[in-house]
Amino acid sequence: MTTPLADVAASGATLRAFLHGLPGVDRVGADQRAKMLGTRSIKTTAKAEAIDLAIRMVDLTTLEGADTPGKVRAMCAKAAHPDPSDPSVPKVAAVCVYPDLVGLAVEALGGSGVKVASVATAFPSGRSSLEVKVADTALAVAAGADEIDMVIDRGAFLAGDYLKVYEEIAAIKAACARPGDEHGAHLKVILETGELATYDNVRRASWLAMLAGGDFIKTSTGKVQPAATLPVTLIMLEAVRDFLAATGRKVGVKPAGGIRTTKDAIKMLVLVNETVGEGWLDPDWFRLGASTLLNDLLMQRQKLATGRYAGPDYFTLD
Amino acid sequence: MFEYAPAPESRDVVDIKPSYGLFIDGEFVDGAGTSFKTVNPATEEALAEVAAASQADVDRAVQAARKAFGAWSAMPGSERAKYLFRIARIIQERSRELAVLETLDNGKPIRESRDVDLPLVAAHFFYYAGWADKLGYAGYGPAPKPLGVAGQVIPWNFPLLMLAWKIAPALACGNTVVLKPAETTPLTALLFAEICRQADLPPGVVNIVTGAGETGAAVVNHPDVNKVAFTGSTEVGRLIARSVAGTGKKVTLELGGKAANVIFDDAAIDQAVEGIVDGIFFNQGHVCCAGSRLLVQESIAEELLESLKRRLSRLRLGDPLDKNTDIGAINSAEQLARVRELSDIGEAEGAERWSPACTLPERGFWFPPTVFTGVAQSHRIARDEVFGPVLAVLTFRTPAEAVEKANNTPYGLSAGVWTEKGSRILWMADRLRAGVVWANTFNKFDPASPFGGYKESGYGREGGRHGLEAYLDV
Amino acid sequence: MSKTEAVRLAVRKTYKLYIGGAFPRSESGRSYAVTSSKGDFLANASKASRKDARDAVSAARKAFPGWSGATAYNRGQILYRIAEMLEGRRAQFVAELTEAGAKKAGDAVDAAVDRLVWYAGWSDKITSVAGAANPVAGPYFNISTPEPTGVVAVVAPADPLLGLVSVVAPVIVTGNTCVVVASERAPLPSITLAEVLATSDLPGGVVNVLTGSVKEIAPWLAAHMDVNAVDLTGVADDDLAVACEQAAAENLKRVLRPSAPDWSADPGLKRMTAFLETKTVWHPTGF
Repeated sequence: MTTPLADVAASGATLRAFLHGLPGVDRVGADQRAKMLGTRSIKTTAKAEAIDLAIRMVDLTTLEGADTPGKVRAMCAKAAHPDPSDPSVPKVAAVCVYPDLVGLAVEALGGSGVKVASVATAFPSGRSSLEVKVADTALAVAAGADEIDMVIDRGAFLAGDYLKVYEEIAAIKAACARPGDEHGAHLKVILETGELATYDNVRRASWLAMLAGGDFIKTSTGKVQPAATLPVTLIMLEAVRDFLAATGRKVGVKPAGGIRTTKDAIKMLVLVNETVGEGWLDPDWFRLGASTLLNDLLMQRQKLATGRYAGPDYFTLD
Repeated sequence: MFEYAPAPESRDVVDIKPSYGLFIDGEFVDGAGTSFKTVNPATEEALAEVAAASQADVDRAVQAARKAFGAWSAMPGSERAKYLFRIARIIQERSRELAVLETLDNGKPIRESRDVDLPLVAAHFFYYAGWADKLGYAGYGPAPKPLGVAGQVIPWNFPLLMLAWKIAPALACGNTVVLKPAETTPLTALLFAEICRQADLPPGVVNIVTGAGETGAAVVNHPDVNKVAFTGSTEVGRLIARSVAGTGKKVTLELGGKAANVIFDDAAIDQAVEGIVDGIFFNQGHVCCAGSRLLVQESIAEELLESLKRRLSRLRLGDPLDKNTDIGAINSAEQLARVRELSDIGEAEGAERWSPACTLPERGFWFPPTVFTGVAQSHRIARDEVFGPVLAVLTFRTPAEAVEKANNTPYGLSAGVWTEKGSRILWMADRLRAGVVWANTFNKFDPASPFGGYKESGYGREGGRHGLEAYLDV
Repeated sequence: MSKTEAVRLAVRKTYKLYIGGAFPRSESGRSYAVTSSKGDFLANASKASRKDARDAVSAARKAFPGWSGATAYNRGQILYRIAEMLEGRRAQFVAELTEAGAKKAGDAVDAAVDRLVWYAGWSDKITSVAGAANPVAGPYFNISTPEPTGVVAVVAPADPLLGLVSVVAPVIVTGNTCVVVASERAPLPSITLAEVLATSDLPGGVVNVLTGSVKEIAPWLAAHMDVNAVDLTGVADDDLAVACEQAAAENLKRVLRPSAPDWSADPGLKRMTAFLETKTVWHPTGF
């Protein structure tokens, strides 16, 4: 084997040794760096560009027990045409729904270019057997999901059973394969950083997910607080940067949960820009998982265009 | 690349007068010396004409301070405290104005003057205000007495912050002061004089005399000054220490440094890189405690330097008033010449010089962030204080070697240690001969935390309970 | 006792310098006559040269890492041991001090012993009193501790025992090492004290005692670039004091200026804190 780091997961012991050999993260220092980047002032033309880029990166999400076909159809319409009155507004990257609604979303978005992502693997807790998780994934893939947002087994991770987490991710990655589709569904691995608690764990989980074949690493389910904080996103960006350097494989990052305002979104873009650079400033490599962010982006966009502050009644609630 | 549009802080909040006088006995008065211009180092634009204090002017200022001393020192500490609290509040109220003025006169990025300097200035006054009526509990006896008139000379790197470090404890202890700001950065001190008036501070308690070295010497050598406090170069500190010999004046000196920032192979690398950047490029490296010598464990040197260089290429150099600027202007043509000279020497000595690609503005005083690798202990860039954005990188193999190299300097102001191993931090902190040791962090300041050097970095401490001693007759 | 027995001739002591734990003569080969307060010859004391001063500084520097690195408890034990040894030689000191002109020599020896005991107790307390935990406005652990300044050159006051003990004990108890220029007029008790030091488990070089001309040696010590501080307490000549302070400026030595305190009074902390540096250590607190 010549693939770098190929032997890392040869056993639980080697995997553990590798993950614990990663450089530590000093929490205060990471918080301070993220806070400093949060002070960047993005104005005028830069803000306009950032808003459009952010819209293109949105994974418009609904993950409620009360989700219905009507709700999902409405969201899909919004995803393809976020502001019906302004065709210059780009479409979002994807919609994100539960597996049983994937087929409906695929149908609603047909030909729009907006991708369909589905959460899977006993989302959000991940507390089920591997068989159920694989079946959950297969259901979504078969229904036409372009992307699978799986959750890792945080219990196994916190118990130190890294190999179990690794093997599960690898199994789901295999379940993402689709006949006649060379790449299969893209796999986003949700770390649920709010439950991992330490930044050291966030770094280890990021590497674990990448080693196991994840195409994206994602912060959170949105069901646990804290979710997509700036420092956690920073650490994950550092991880994909270092992983690319170590293996030559590029992995995407998706902060999700708690990103509600344009300001929040732009801070994320600044973080990307100053941590990994322009290579990740693209919906293929960076996504913003959010349910309410889009309207704020649209309002800010209109403010920039008209010079007037916008009001929420002028944007659709879907 | 995601280009950030210009985001300049408005300078309209500041009203710079065409000319400024001296602040003596509560009034702005003309100076007898040859007035001078203070310029914006980022543009070379003259900001204002500033009076220069002659010997006689300094004498008047000292007399005013002496006259005010009786009532000020006799005032209950609780009342002195209230004046200081008032000053702290007014600084907070006018902090944006002060930050912009500091950036204009000094060249430092507005992000730093806004987020670091000004909050610390206000905090310093708040901190020492609280001591004014508690001096009997500070561990210097039941009723420690002030010294009298304090002559204070401060540098240009943190003009208002250094003023706060000097004036707040002096006043809290019941002294009165004559302060000379640096000639390249007098404006915030003069705005501070206005704040003293807004606070109704009794005339003569604070006097500000502007001017160059001669004015400073007149303050330091005035026979009726009881206390000398100086922050600046070791060279001038030496002269002051010599000149006060036999006078009985109490002296505190906060001088130069050549701090080692020691990175072990088990460090939290990303934060260490940030610490290195903060350590040497904060305030353009115009920091006496700057981590100007990077000592990196040889086993990770290459990897660390790669990370550091990548990080440095993201630094944003330019208009100090732009809210996104990381590296501002060098404070003066003179300082720029020194930074250039020492960097050229570094190159001539055989060290490898590197700077990220960055365009320097055409006007003003600018120097790119610069890293020297392949540096030996014997190189001048590893020994002399550059006081600019220039980092000398050396390597070590063992903890003992790191300590030995870190301490191999006549200075002893600060040091940094980066390792995830707790016992090693404490072992290193024990052995580093420096007044401040930042472990897994760098360039942190707080009014509650004593600051000051070992060896040729000076003596006395500023900040905390320890900072009171410098202004009490104990 | 037989009336015919001859009077026994005393075996006199050669008074030498005390450097690095040994008792060498001055490298210069010089000595000077020390007389009693009445003018009677007592002994020839070594007259230290600048090279002796240099050697003493080297010895003090060499001893610094070990002594400053010793536990405070250990330093306290050794200072207490010095007091014990001094007490044991009480009669000898009373005799020497009396010859040097002291009025109440016994009281002086008692006070010197007591002073050593007092300072011995400070070894593991001064850090608590002079240090601080600082409540900074951020997620940082921040602590200030006093550390010894380094090598201290001391010009001892005229009082040859209590004065000497009162300036040396506060310097060394915190971990400094020192070079002491003994009382020029009455150096003999100081050298005898060095014998006490040499037999008290005090590592060689922690205290080095020079006898001779203050005017000749003090400026060399004040100018020495490997000396970190000078205590000019015993410098009686104003011009010499100013010259020493000026020379000390060259490497920013800490300077304790001349004074003539009442050695029987409570010494306070000043003599210890004058030769302590405050080191402040920051560390983030995070998980």
